[in-house]
Amino acid sequence: MTATVTKDARPEASAPTQLTMAGALNAALRDAMDADDRVIVYGEDVGPLGGVFRITDGLQAEFGEERIWDSPLAESGIIGTAIGMAMYGMRPVVEMQFDAFSYPAFEQMVSHVAKMRNRTKGRVTLPMVVRIPCAGAIGGVEHHSDSSESYWASTPGLTVVMPSNPADAYSMLREAIDSDDPVVFMEPKSRYWSKAPIALPVTTAPMDRAEVVRTGDDVTLLAYGPTVRTALEAADAAEHEGLSIEVVDLRTLSPFDDETVGASVRKTSRAAVIHEAAQFGGYGAEVAARVTERNFHHLAAPVLRIAGFDIPYPSPKLEEHQLPTPDRILAALDTWEWDA
Amino acid sequence: MSHDGTMSLNVEHAPTRTLPSEKPLRLLDNAGHAVTGHTTGGFSLPDTETLLGLYRKMVVARRFDVQVTALTKQGRLATYPSAYGQEACEIGAVASLDRADWLFPTYRDSIALLTRGIAPADILQSFRGDWHNGYDQHEFRAAAQATPLATQALHAVGLAHAARLRRDPIVALTFLGDGATSEGDAHEAFNFAAVWQTPTVFIVQNNQFAISVPLEKQTRAATLADKAVGYGMPGFHVDGNDVAAMYAITHAAVERARAGGGPTLIEGVTYRIEPHTNSDDPSRYRAARDVEHWKRRDPIERLEKYLVSEGALTETLRAEITDEAEGLAAATREVMTAEAELDPLELFDHVYARPRAALAAQRAALAAELAAAGTHQEDAR
Repeated sequence: MTATVTKDARPEASAPTQLTMAGALNAALRDAMDADDRVIVYGEDVGPLGGVFRITDGLQAEFGEERIWDSPLAESGIIGTAIGMAMYGMRPVVEMQFDAFSYPAFEQMVSHVAKMRNRTKGRVTLPMVVRIPCAGAIGGVEHHSDSSESYWASTPGLTVVMPSNPADAYSMLREAIDSDDPVVFMEPKSRYWSKAPIALPVTTAPMDRAEVVRTGDDVTLLAYGPTVRTALEAADAAEHEGLSIEVVDLRTLSPFDDETVGASVRKTSRAAVIHEAAQFGGYGAEVAARVTERNFHHLAAPVLRIAGFDIPYPSPKLEEHQLPTPDRILAALDTWEWDA
Repeated sequence: MSHDGTMSLNVEHAPTRTLPSEKPLRLLDNAGHAVTGHTTGGFSLPDTETLLGLYRKMVVARRFDVQVTALTKQGRLATYPSAYGQEACEIGAVASLDRADWLFPTYRDSIALLTRGIAPADILQSFRGDWHNGYDQHEFRAAAQATPLATQALHAVGLAHAARLRRDPIVALTFLGDGATSEGDAHEAFNFAAVWQTPTVFIVQNNQFAISVPLEKQTRAATLADKAVGYGMPGFHVDGNDVAAMYAITHAAVERARAGGGPTLIEGVTYRIEPHTNSDDPSRYRAARDVEHWKRRDPIERLEKYLVSEGALTETLRAEITDEAEGLAAATREVMTAEAELDPLELFDHVYARPRAALAAQRAALAAELAAAGTHQEDAR
């Protein structure tokens, strides 16, 4: 194999500018490709179009067709070939376009991406990133608003992350690309256009850490991806009613940061987990179980799950009823016995 | 590569539109006579030295296969999918590769791995039930034996493409069965390889059965090689019990791929003489006379007849090859009779590159269980 070019991973920081999550992801890909010529990007429509969400905008013009290209339209083919490329020392970053369109690749993900390192006792590692624009609230027709995280998070061998803001999106994507473990990188579509002032390149907490994004004393809301903003809105609204809510952004779904979450829950003694995905067998079930097992004697009330109904994701005109809202969160917190 | 030496990822070659021959290509007939005329497809019989090398590898592989099947019946292995009768496909294909080329085998291709130079104990770790993969993939440039059908074909395409991007002149060859051609991943692998013009060679071993299901329930295509045309790559329909043809045609495909000519699909028509695995019962789905029919088309006997007629296979050489085969069988018996030492705590050590606290805790829990069990045994004594 030829020698590879690896530049200093993080050049000097620029002045803060308003950046969307989509822009941060685009910058992370550009910087990662610039830093390491083993980083290659492919998928459906990622070339001249720049991806259906424009996350790869301008990258083919900058890096050429040998670094970023449009593949045939076949998700199992995309993941399967990425495995072979990673075996040969590349660091593929591939796009699945939408959660529901990743399902044809399920076998490659579960039977090979997740298992290769263990199968070979660490002799074959797969440093690859599977980017999945995820979740709903974008007015998408059927198959464009699924939440697939629990499928991936329940598979040993996969690291699953979901940033909620532009700074994490940049930092965690850079870290995912540098990781020797395969990473399922889930991008909440409804937050692609949310802005924050960032000085690139930004480094936030490592991707196995959750973060307290708002401190409070009475309740811990555990959220990730699109529901972090919802939880923060609920916390703001509750403040007027004299309820002090702490919000933890889980950031990484696998591994789970028991330490940060446990510390918050032991402080507030009440916890609720919030996600868009259906409740039954959803990621919140694992969160509720872990929090309870480890902190039972500190809890004043059962851990709640505020999740999507156990129905297939609705059509655009009905999706507002499926999504957790600040009102629904606060109504759920009201079901606890507060005077006990 | 284009004229100026740069590489484009666009299709550069006119897609093939020629159907493979309806009659399988062959260079030696079943009586061991060299074939002439258009049945050869224009390929030449390899020289005698090459054929002697293939003969030696096939005899050794057959002895290994028979030995492992016997060990499996004795309970030394959890399972073993035999390739008895398919030696011409397996050896002819894998002998076409250079050391730097990659092989992507399936569960049935243990003898290809043996021919690649991997030790029997390392090949058989998975079938013995010790660990899912037991050999160093990078050292032998051989991927793990894939159990999910056709999934490894995509890995071969991806690795070949990465090598092409790196300008490394290597080829990835993968085996598929007739049943695997029905899988979506086979289609995607053929298509990606053709669109990207990757240096990949697909060897479809048509052994007539997917466990119990015969070929006519897998496809309506006249030959499996015909599928190549739909992807715009060359396809060859080959007598899979003629190692001379399998070697000559695979070798040409490998060198074509190495030179930038893109992928090739080769169907070797052969027969699975043994059951699917030791837990299968072929009497429920095929007649014994069909097996006898194919046993009379044995690939090793065919080449032996030719080499004897040419005066190339002397009694001395035959004895030498038999000794080598018996030596390997004895060594295989020995390593497979010894019980491997397994460390249950290793179950946690290779799942992730980055250590996880939760996994460390579960490892400690199992360690405590094991320690407690050890104490218990001591108490019992």
